[in-house]
Amino acid sequence: MNPSFTAVQNFSRRDVLKLFGATGGGLALGATGLSWSPMAMAQGEDARLNLFIAIGEDDKVYLTCHRSEMGQGIRTGIPQVLADELGADWNKVVVVQGLADKRYGSQNTDGSRSIRKGFDKMREMGAMARTMLEQAAADKWQVPLSEVSTANNLVIHTQSGEMMSFGELARAASQVPLPKVDTLILKSPNDFTHIGKSHKIVDMQAILTGEAKYGYDITLEGMRYASIIRPPVWGSEVKVLDDSKARKVAGVIDVIRLPAAKGAPGFQPLGGVAVIATNSWSALEGRKALNITWTDSINDTHNSEVFLKQLVEKVQSPGKIVRQQGEENSDWPKEKTIKAIYTIPYLAHAPMEPPVTTASVTDAGCELWASTQTPQSAAQNVAGYLGLKEEQVKVNVTLLGGGFGRKSKPDYCAEAALLSQQIKAPVKVCWSREDDIQNGYLHAISAQLYQAKLGDDKMPQAMLQRTGFPSIGSTFAEGADYPAGWEVDLGFVDVPLAVKSLRCETVEAKAHTRIGWMRSVCNIQHGFGIGSFVDELAVKADKPTTQMWRELLGESRQEMFVDQGFKYGNYGEELTRHPVDIERYHGVIDAVELGMKKGTQPKENQAWGFAVHRSFAAFVAVALLVEVDKDKKLTVLRAVAAIDAGTVVNPDRVKSQTEGAIMFGLSLAMMGEISFKEGKVQQSNFHDYPMLRMTQCPDIDVTVIASDAPPGGVGEPGVPPVAPSLTNAIFAASGIRIRDLPVTKKLTV
Amino acid sequence: MPDNELKLTINGKQFQLDADPNMPILWAVRDMLGLTGTKYGCGAGLCGACTIHIDGKPARACLTSLKQVQGKQVTTIEGLKADELINAWSEHKVPQCGYCQSGQLMSAAALLSQNRQPNESDIDAAMSGNICRCGTYTRIKAAILSVSAQEERS
Repeated sequence: MNPSFTAVQNFSRRDVLKLFGATGGGLALGATGLSWSPMAMAQGEDARLNLFIAIGEDDKVYLTCHRSEMGQGIRTGIPQVLADELGADWNKVVVVQGLADKRYGSQNTDGSRSIRKGFDKMREMGAMARTMLEQAAADKWQVPLSEVSTANNLVIHTQSGEMMSFGELARAASQVPLPKVDTLILKSPNDFTHIGKSHKIVDMQAILTGEAKYGYDITLEGMRYASIIRPPVWGSEVKVLDDSKARKVAGVIDVIRLPAAKGAPGFQPLGGVAVIATNSWSALEGRKALNITWTDSINDTHNSEVFLKQLVEKVQSPGKIVRQQGEENSDWPKEKTIKAIYTIPYLAHAPMEPPVTTASVTDAGCELWASTQTPQSAAQNVAGYLGLKEEQVKVNVTLLGGGFGRKSKPDYCAEAALLSQQIKAPVKVCWSREDDIQNGYLHAISAQLYQAKLGDDKMPQAMLQRTGFPSIGSTFAEGADYPAGWEVDLGFVDVPLAVKSLRCETVEAKAHTRIGWMRSVCNIQHGFGIGSFVDELAVKADKPTTQMWRELLGESRQEMFVDQGFKYGNYGEELTRHPVDIERYHGVIDAVELGMKKGTQPKENQAWGFAVHRSFAAFVAVALLVEVDKDKKLTVLRAVAAIDAGTVVNPDRVKSQTEGAIMFGLSLAMMGEISFKEGKVQQSNFHDYPMLRMTQCPDIDVTVIASDAPPGGVGEPGVPPVAPSLTNAIFAASGIRIRDLPVTKKLTV
Repeated sequence: MPDNELKLTINGKQFQLDADPNMPILWAVRDMLGLTGTKYGCGAGLCGACTIHIDGKPARACLTSLKQVQGKQVTTIEGLKADELINAWSEHKVPQCGYCQSGQLMSAAALLSQNRQPNESDIDAAMSGNICRCGTYTRIKAAILSVSAQEERS
């Protein structure tokens, strides 16, 4: 059942699917009984009630967060759910960060699924511990369990007025047999005390005083610092190394060659040369003094400008059919056909904290302190390289200074482990900003064709969509040269347009670098494509874009994509639980329309743009108000967004994630471009791969739609509608249609 | 005294370091003094994550060598005295991942020490060197403005 992520193995398709939760229930927490056994653990100072909850005799409530914190607020969100069902006093909660441990189920913190997949299980864990405390009290008071309840860290018998604190009952409760899950009584949502409340993040004070520990901040006794220069072209390796000057740099201890990755990249370290030193500065200075000749690579000729032109050509010829709604339309009369091609360049994640891991390898095994989204894959990867069992690799998860998908690829964890093994001392491998931008797992370069045949009413009678981009599959299997099914599920085939004939196709694209998933993944290019094209249709039909969306989405229904030639993965969710619900599209469209009417209205050279997108089982609409002045200078003035993510645990964190998603989307749409010449990334740092700054940031108004639907994703769904909303606004304000990102190709920002 | 013995004053305390005088103070405070609140983000003065104060003025620790801070007062996030600013950050729930926030706070504190009532464009000017990849800018601005407004009332 477990995907084997060892370095030497190629990934099976199923393993890759599992990474994305695309195998239906396969990734659902608790899908296998064993991984969720809530066994009472050894009694220590604290009474442990289950895998997630322990109570101290001092009445402290220790709640385990098994997912990685990277800014989404999960170290607050998961404990909120546990504490709610438990009946805990929030002031007595202490959050414990879970180590890599299979008993938690998947800990891979991406795909916007911590709450989406964990909400019900966390409630069960909370209810189970609550029931044990209640049972212990009921036994003591000789009253029926049904008469006992909890609130604010107290167990209460209302009839007699008896009450005891959690701390007083902890030991007795830990001796109570584990209640069966089907006997648990969950709270009514009306009685929630923490779920739905905007608690401050638990790490607030540590962050604001500089005490918070990120991966970069780990220091161990006798620890060495490593800086690694990696092959500049995928597929090349060290040919000649002259390290004589580097070894003379003060503080440099050693220079170590690392073997190059072979075959499909997977999570293999890239290889190269590591400089080991007593401090970061010496490692960096030593690295500068290295003299390396690299071998030739098959990718030396990769030029992204040429490659994109080829992709644009390819999407103009038939490809593989991945969806056919209704009969194929083969009649495209020129005067009735509207066609557009949209492109997005390679993009890099650029979390503020670049990848970093500290490893200590001893005879007993390996211990990691990793800024990782996926401690279990880190353990598997490292175990594979060191020839250890996974259980011999202990993974401590630090706070992450941003992740965005980069830190769910544990190549850098293996680098640290290999170096520690070799020098027999703890090693911290710190990627520099240049390393992060030049040696990452990039979001794929892409081209999309959208084409429609219009009827007399200017509405599309038939549509054709084609997408082409190097697949993430190429990172795990050589020869994966077409977009994978689960990749086109991300905003390409799953847009529920009520068009009589709708055909979706994919075209071939080979990878020339490591391709990875980045915040909202293929929804970035597909959201841009459909979001732009619907606006172009609206312009043609002389309708507001919001109205065109409503008409294209058609009547209220839950779209099941029956008989359309594909099985929709739906982010690993059942369509019955997380339906593609047209009314929920309408909900966010309506909310954003309302928001646009409030406040500043467009003046000369100003206009709104709009787009809506469903991803990760959440619905997000975004409108942006922009100005394009006579010198073609763009200013983004306002952003209005609405997100329907079903039940939300912490509304303020849903808001902040959506604010952040708008910033992320604006950065990539306005300025984001990684380009290749002779196989090498041309950009290196924030001067040529810029991020949005405060001066470019609009006012933002986010509405979180109230809903009792099951929780959807939150971290990613805000990103896809931003780019098309921006370029649609630019068109409305200036008449300039931008189909090729970033915007800086045509405007200054 | 060895050639490389450097005397530093950081957060009001004296330190003697045996280090290359050309080493940026970023790495000295982080790796040698254990003050890890000052963050690495770019190493090139582009992101502001390593912002410290030198004699009260904001500076990028990644571009400031140890020899440049001889005889000067260095303040890092660990020594920052700015309770009302920190409270405002907390009230506005500014941080997401939090990694850039010590640099943001150092830049904001430096602004407020020069100008107790900054307006929006003053804030833009003072804060535009600090990148937040999570995108917390609107909250950062609101937090600074709330401190500015308190000043007006007092």
